[in-house]
Amino acid sequence: MTKPLLGQEVAKQIAEYLPEAIIESNETAVTVRSESLFQIAQFLKTTPGLEFDYLTGITSVDYLDYLEVVYHLTSIEHNHSLVLKTRCHNRENPSVPSVVSLWCGADFQEREVYDLMGITFLDHPNLKRLFLWEGFEGHPLRRDYL
Amino acid sequence: MELRTEPFVLNMGPQHPSTHGVFRMRVTFDGEVVVDMEPIFGYLHRGIEKLAETRTYTQVIPLTDRLDYLASMTNNHAYVLAVEKLAGIPVPERAEYLRVIMDELMRISSHLMAVGFFLNDLGCSVYTPLLYMYREREKILDLFEMVCGQRLTYNYMRIGGVSHDIPEEFMPALKKFVAEMPSFIDEYDQLLAENEILLARTKGVGILPRELAINASASGPVLRASGIKWDIRKKDPYSVYERFDFEIPTGKVGDTYDRYRVRIQEMRQSAHILEQAIEQLPSGEVQSKMPHLLHPPVGEAYGHIEAPRGELGFYLVSDNSIAPYRCHIRAPTLINLTALRDMVIGWKLADAIIIFGSIDIILGEVDR
Amino acid sequence: MEVERNVFDYSLADYDRTEGKEIEALRARSQQPIADPDEWLEEEIYRHVLVTSIDRVIDWGRHYSVWPAGAGALACCAMEMVATAASRFDIARFGMEFFRPSPRQADLMVVAGTLTWKMARALKLLYEQMAEPKWVVAMGACAISGGTFAHSYSVVPGVNRILPVDVYVPGCPPRPEALLHGIMMLHEKIERQSIREGFLGSEVGRLISLERVRKLLKHD
Repeated sequence: MTKPLLGQEVAKQIAEYLPEAIIESNETAVTVRSESLFQIAQFLKTTPGLEFDYLTGITSVDYLDYLEVVYHLTSIEHNHSLVLKTRCHNRENPSVPSVVSLWCGADFQEREVYDLMGITFLDHPNLKRLFLWEGFEGHPLRRDYL
Repeated sequence: MELRTEPFVLNMGPQHPSTHGVFRMRVTFDGEVVVDMEPIFGYLHRGIEKLAETRTYTQVIPLTDRLDYLASMTNNHAYVLAVEKLAGIPVPERAEYLRVIMDELMRISSHLMAVGFFLNDLGCSVYTPLLYMYREREKILDLFEMVCGQRLTYNYMRIGGVSHDIPEEFMPALKKFVAEMPSFIDEYDQLLAENEILLARTKGVGILPRELAINASASGPVLRASGIKWDIRKKDPYSVYERFDFEIPTGKVGDTYDRYRVRIQEMRQSAHILEQAIEQLPSGEVQSKMPHLLHPPVGEAYGHIEAPRGELGFYLVSDNSIAPYRCHIRAPTLINLTALRDMVIGWKLADAIIIFGSIDIILGEVDR
Repeated sequence: MEVERNVFDYSLADYDRTEGKEIEALRARSQQPIADPDEWLEEEIYRHVLVTSIDRVIDWGRHYSVWPAGAGALACCAMEMVATAASRFDIARFGMEFFRPSPRQADLMVVAGTLTWKMARALKLLYEQMAEPKWVVAMGACAISGGTFAHSYSVVPGVNRILPVDVYVPGCPPRPEALLHGIMMLHEKIERQSIREGFLGSEVGRLISLERVRKLLKHD
């Protein structure tokens, strides 16, 4: 069985590495600050014992106060999984560092999040709209579209 | 005198005889060798995720049918699994066994189509292998029609079970089909496995190395052909898959020939699972009692299954209302396409088409 | 030797931007559906009496060998279209087994599946490339009216916003037998067209029909 790791345990390990990055952690997920997302992701990928080498998916949710980006990570060696989240409070110009250099499977998924939700990913090599055409106004998946 | 050459950009699609739907590729050539490739999609983007926010949990099930329309049962199953995880709804045993039977029948049918279209791309373009595949697929579609009345988009699974019980004529027909299936795969193997043209055109073509496959989040037969034994039915079993005894076929090198072999062997394993499921099928009811309008508690859940094309997952966020707050679909074929560019560079145009065909995409799922 | 810069040399990003503008322009001018080409219906009785033997021969030749274009195969209905072409529900008995890859060689476009605004521009180009006479069959609920996705932000609510449709085949997806019934209705429609009303059987053709030419000659 793929063991879903408890958010609190992983949060303890992250706190030893970078204490000021964690916003909150509960049973299901760990939420970190968006500025330190890349370092935390690198830490999660390279630490023995965690070794999350497979990025299952990237999602984004629009809670009206903030926009949240959710990363589902899995480890093929140890067969465990984790949910990592980060938040953007700025609705006009949200931005999050990109993890394409760690997991290249994030390429199309980050472009999709940019297209439908409007979140910019810094250092992404080719950030343009994926599903909608160039010149489409707005970001459809936000709660205040139409 | 020097000869000056320039790379040449060719646009293939969105209407093209061998792009499996409305997919577009912008390929840069140097002579006939591919130098760069950019896939462009979105020609079938229907906004299913946004539409799902305006429908009740049960009304989203027909929407999920239209995602990967060659494997609708598995789409339904993944969504229903996510909702049951979110709301904590138990499923009766007979319904679980029926779900497994439908899933495995669906897997056989989908792999038949995948292999048929792949052979189409190889050059038998006026449909000969495809017609052979369709012979068996029509038998499977007849079985599905007996159960739920539809041939393509079934809408059969419900939250908490399945919608109808199977009629009496289903079981004898299914037993007959499962008994005949291995001999059909043998006939097919005999025609194709040692075929020189197939071997010459697919062995060593479009290799996906192991590290790139994991880094690019590939899943399904594409990942298994590169030598990684990762199948959600064994690694994170859902439904009643722990009770069945089956193997996971893997490839050695990760080339196009391995992807084709993995699909053929998976069909054999599916027939084996079906035999065991038919023997073990218990009696009972097929759907647990549920309110008409479901109000799941506040929270989120991620439910994933092994669809024929990879790991299909649904991420649901609920805020205790009758409609999902956010429904995100982890589409396996979209993520498998990330590795396409690296697989295709360095090969010629005709090879690029077969490499693309061996990943086996369905545009309804890529574009959602 | 210096090579001059080619006048048509622009970057791929510019190309994407022009494509986006064309899509928005097409969307802006397709707000009303195009009328179905059914003006011959009120003169139906007339025709049964007055169709000539030349018409009969031409129509017999045309409707028994309609060649479909492999162009409108968009989504799930395309799978049922391929099933119709397979050996159980043989479409070859109607003379239509080879789906022509090139639109210039095809007579019929079966639009099977959901049409989005991004694809609509490409589909309109394909329709304009087909040679007269040409017919369009809208297969499935999504092609008729947008289907279950009609209220989405990127779906065209019905193919008849972009192309004139001759036959609508309902279903989601329609069974192969339903598609064959639709094709037989199309054959009946083709059978009844007469060269008096329009030599090429279409809007352009109607402008140069024999009746009009005769009237013009009389006025002269």
